[in-house]
Amino acid sequence: MAVPRIKLDKKEAKKGDLVEVKALVAHIMESGQRKDASGAVIPRKILNKFTCTVNGKEVFSADFEPAVAANPYIQFKFRAQESGAVVLTWTDDDGSKIVGEEKITVS
Amino acid sequence: MTLILNRRQALAVGAGAIVVLGGTAGPAFAKNDSDDIIKKFTGNATPQQGRVKLDLPEIAENGNTVPMTISVESPMTAQSHVTDVLVVADGNPRAGVATFHFSPASGAAEANTRIRLATSQNIIAVAKMNDGSFFTASKAVKVTIGGCGG
Repeated sequence: MAVPRIKLDKKEAKKGDLVEVKALVAHIMESGQRKDASGAVIPRKILNKFTCTVNGKEVFSADFEPAVAANPYIQFKFRAQESGAVVLTWTDDDGSKIVGEEKITVS
Repeated sequence: MTLILNRRQALAVGAGAIVVLGGTAGPAFAKNDSDDIIKKFTGNATPQQGRVKLDLPEIAENGNTVPMTISVESPMTAQSHVTDVLVVADGNPRAGVATFHFSPASGAAEANTRIRLATSQNIIAVAKMNDGSFFTASKAVKVTIGGCGG
């Protein structure tokens, strides 16, 4: 499975700071609208759900439709509360998950 | 010199093709089920204009990947925050684009992603607040090369 690229704008934050997360993951995001050479519809296969947790608590999530571009990019913020693992999870239509992790230190 | 002329000619032909495409696809603004999706999201409430900011290019050269930023004015405290933001596109084969879920832990109701647009159309964002009110904004985007593999 693809390894997501994740970037936090700061690895160390003060409590209450906003931390910006940028993440990119390689995925075809097949829309289910395209047809192959023989005219058959290529079945839909997208990442339909994205969540971000910090120390197991959800801070942001999104539902994606086929209108999200291939190799989906997502950028969002969260408020730093405690040190811990920032875990990003993308869920595929077939149920498989792509997971990436970064650390944040909050002082 | 001849090379430059050829290039210019090629460019002129290309521009002509874009104009023709725009002429057929642009003004049609074929409506899909975007209104129904918004009604379902708001529970038939009419969202107010304002507070939502939708940032997209005026003209997208490539509809396959159009950068989009949504932001909603909100203190994002436990008392007053944005819970969900729905984004729909009224000219795509399917209207749904994405739904973003926020909480006070998000700190800011802001998100950026890249979307596909099949043709020139309006993008509409509707934000749901924790007090049950809805705010909306829309933006028209001209697309020169459609996404969705048309």
